[in-house]
Amino acid sequence: MSEWEPKVITFLCNWCSYGAADLAGVSRFQYPANIRIIRLPCTGRMNPKFILAALRHGADGVWVSGCHPGDCHYIEGNFYARRKFALLKTQLEYTGLIEPGRVHFSWISSAEATIFADKARKVVEAIKALGPAQHFIKKQAEVA
Amino acid sequence: MQAYTEKIREAAKRLLAEKKVDVVIGFRKGTMPLMNEPFQARTPEQADLLVWDGNCGINLANYLPKRTEKIAIVAKGCDSRNISIQILENQIKREQLYILGAPCKGMTDKRKIQDELEGKEIFQAEEAGGQVKVSGRDFEKTFNRSEYLQENCAVCLHRNPVISDEMLGEPVQEQQVECYEDIKQIEAMTPEEKRKHFDALIEPCIRCYACRSACPACYCPTCFVDESKPQWVGKTTDPTDTRTFHFLRAFHVAGRCSDCGSCERACPVGIKVRQFTKKLEKEVKELYGYEAGMVQDLRPPLDVYRPDDPEPFL
Ligand code: SF4
Ligand code: SF4
Ligand code: SF4
Repeated sequence: MSEWEPKVITFLCNWCSYGAADLAGVSRFQYPANIRIIRLPCTGRMNPKFILAALRHGADGVWVSGCHPGDCHYIEGNFYARRKFALLKTQLEYTGLIEPGRVHFSWISSAEATIFADKARKVVEAIKALGPAQHFIKKQAEVA
Repeated sequence: MQAYTEKIREAAKRLLAEKKVDVVIGFRKGTMPLMNEPFQARTPEQADLLVWDGNCGINLANYLPKRTEKIAIVAKGCDSRNISIQILENQIKREQLYILGAPCKGMTDKRKIQDELEGKEIFQAEEAGGQVKVSGRDFEKTFNRSEYLQENCAVCLHRNPVISDEMLGEPVQEQQVECYEDIKQIEAMTPEEKRKHFDALIEPCIRCYACRSACPACYCPTCFVDESKPQWVGKTTDPTDTRTFHFLRAFHVAGRCSDCGSCERACPVGIKVRQFTKKLEKEVKELYGYEAGMVQDLRPPLDVYRPDDPEPFL
């Protein structure tokens, strides 16, 4: 059997980090293929439900990235997101739903393709080190 | 605190007779000892049923959202904070309300008292001078109320109402207590221990949603637990569904929860659900210096931002 590879659900905002991913591709930068990108209009659209749903469906980690604060296409979407993320990450770790290192956040502009590729490597590495996320997958339903 | 009873009745009769309000929300004696029930008096005669003592733990602000009448309401420290949040969130208008402020000395935890009685049933309870005397078949026992308060009341820092139109008594001395003792204990655990701790905590949960229904900060037209397309949380008592429910319920009241303890009080299986919400209260205070409902006109922390907000998640 080949080595286990994590699946990382990656939420990118349309205007910055998605652009960075695009540029990284066009520029032929290498980054791990473990990330599965879901495009959001803005990180302000990010909802805690999305992260829980990803984990419940078997994702091993989640990464959320958007424009730098101050550069939001919608002026202030990521300012609101920032407060949500701060509480969300602490609460996820406090309640033991995830270990530190499973959920990542970053600000990456559409010009920062190298930073994007670099961050993708770091995220995947950290999640790989933690091993598969099992405990949040629903089991009972399969029996019923 | 029983002295408030007379004042509440007097105010209620006056307000109803003068037609200043259509209804007075308070408590009447419950059918079970140590449990008063919320009561809405609509006539001066009904006002005579209103009472006040240490068994008024339910948060009455829960009866306000989206009402259209003119309402007088008895409000403890915590109730008043939830009322200010509701006003900010357009659930009720300040002009509709006449707030009878009740400086509070904490509410009795019925379960703690019951636990001391080896399963004996309480038939009667009387409260006087900081003591509760309970009696049943062949027994009678007296407790110091201050040692048998609800956990949230024992660590409550804001017992005086923050808004009122009329006060029922002199302000009480606020407590100087360390209120995050148990939260810090959990924070110090390893991820594995935390997971086990919370899994054990919510294991008995039957997902009745009483904790949600009792909460004065929960008034979404469609709660996330009822959403079906997509369904964010399954309807079973599978541990994953229950974890999802508790996580999201707490997150939805982040920065809006007054730690009134109504959720915990309502839980039929005695789950200490405040362990979820209290942590968020602590974070919000540390990160944004905000305490729910303490300052009128200050919007809840997830509704505003500052350009230089901290970014501990990066
Ligand atoms: S939380 Fe505070 S104000 Fe509310 S009932 Fe307890 S002691 Fe009173
Ligand atoms: S979550 Fe619980 S303690 Fe907080 S406001 Fe709602 S009922 Fe009160
Ligand atoms: S009230 Fe108790 S049993 Fe009911 S859903 Fe809430 S925690 Fe679960």
